[in-house]
Amino acid sequence: MTAETNSIEVRNLQTYYGSRHILKNVSLDVRMGEIFVIMGGSGSGKTTLLNHLLGLLRPSSGSIRILGRDVNAVTPLEKQELRTRMGVAFQSGALFSSMSVGDNIALPLREHTQLDETTIGIVTRLKLEVVSLAGFEDLMPSELSGGMIKRAALARAIVMDPRLLFCDEPSAGLDPVVASSIDDLILRLRDAMGMSIVVVTHDLDSTFKIADRICVLDKGEVLALGTVDEIRASTSPRIQNLLNRRTEEAEVDPDAYLRRLMGIRDGDEDEPRGKRL
Amino acid sequence: MLAARLHTLFDRLGRAFVRGLEEFGFAASLLGEALWWLVLGQRRRQRVRMAPVVAQAMEVGIAALPIVTILAATIGLMLAIQGIYTLRTFGAESRVTLGIALSTVREFSPLITGILVAGRSGSALAARLGTMRINQEIDSLTVMGINPVRFLVVPPLVAMVVMLPLMTLWADLVSLLAAGLYVSAQLQTSLAAYGDELQTVLKLNDVMHGLAKSAIFAVLVTIVGVVNGASVTGGAEGVGRMTTRSVVHAISAIIITDMVFAFMVTR
Repeated sequence: MTAETNSIEVRNLQTYYGSRHILKNVSLDVRMGEIFVIMGGSGSGKTTLLNHLLGLLRPSSGSIRILGRDVNAVTPLEKQELRTRMGVAFQSGALFSSMSVGDNIALPLREHTQLDETTIGIVTRLKLEVVSLAGFEDLMPSELSGGMIKRAALARAIVMDPRLLFCDEPSAGLDPVVASSIDDLILRLRDAMGMSIVVVTHDLDSTFKIADRICVLDKGEVLALGTVDEIRASTSPRIQNLLNRRTEEAEVDPDAYLRRLMGIRDGDEDEPRGKRL
Repeated sequence: MLAARLHTLFDRLGRAFVRGLEEFGFAASLLGEALWWLVLGQRRRQRVRMAPVVAQAMEVGIAALPIVTILAATIGLMLAIQGIYTLRTFGAESRVTLGIALSTVREFSPLITGILVAGRSGSALAARLGTMRINQEIDSLTVMGINPVRFLVVPPLVAMVVMLPLMTLWADLVSLLAAGLYVSAQLQTSLAAYGDELQTVLKLNDVMHGLAKSAIFAVLVTIVGVVNGASVTGGAEGVGRMTTRSVVHAISAIIITDMVFAFMVTR
């Protein structure tokens, strides 16, 4: 049973938006208890990959197994049950702006458990302690700073004690000191709770600080997948460009260039459908 | 040249038609899903809770009472003024009560209340859902295992369907009273006589006609608000655009449905 060792298994994942090929045959495994960083520049497909892992998008082909279950083949009730075992901290935090921080964090408990309000209050404050936001439960999300929003979002993501935690750009838009403290928090969460953590980021410093293994995405392909040392030692020029922050020379294709100047578009660039409510 | 232009024209027309049809289908499936969660949510461990329904009902209904009262009274006065003016032509001012009573409970109360709620609460719903969508809050609900339709659509839907007929009934009372005050002052009769006449001309059927329509308006306002809110793309500007659109669509839907309903039921 592979579910014992891998919390996520992605096999030959392909996605198209209209005729644009976004993810090209992506396969990867995330092991139990490891911090797995998905790294890549803008437009590399990392957000799309994350949305697939979260079950927000359906792949054109390929399979995704999370905690031993194929997310596109389970019944709605099983999917709901699966979702209570994973937590997600979105890039913007995505805290519900109409609720206080405490209510935000308590929401999954109120919806999915039969716990009484006293217990819910204790668990909520406990999780706020973990992310060093004790005493902030009565504030509204609009009253928090950027770093505090990320912390609150993490507290909400871990309130159900998930086996699997996703963090989308945890350090984006924060100053280096606050970003580094978020990294420490992620490391502490893994050590204290033993959960697998998938981090999507383009931040190199934080990647090397927290990652056990790294997956480098580029133009929808897995460019490299390995431990921190393996990635650092890679001889691929594209990876070295990424690591050393060199801009890539754009390939020269005079025909394509002329077509772009003439305003002839290659294909229908529709956004993906079906992700409405 | 002309052929090419015609081609583009038909192309656009066709696309707009398909988009409209798609939106209609989305609205219908949304309504179905909301009803499904309302009835079977418990079994899916996604119970629809009472607290948000009550909160919505307060927001949709109670908070709107002052403005409903003012508008209903104004409409009642307006009907009385116009009614007496019209009937004076035949010297039949004393028969004005019948016209006021029927047009108020059958048309004006449900219409004015529906339009008011569309402007107040339908737009608020669209703006809230739109903002939640661009802030990833809806994704956030989904990945928490909380169905967004059950959590965000069912409470306002239930609140509107309960509150709008109640508000319409209130508007009936206020409007008829205001009209009665004017009529009795103008025609030198007593308010009691006006009340007696109301009782003889108004049938329960007429009142129910208005209330049934207002329940349909409640569903329309909610679903139009949700469809527009859920379709927001493109940041803050998109939220503004879809909010405006939801008000225009909701009011149009109300007026058209009103006519269709009257046509089907009254003949």
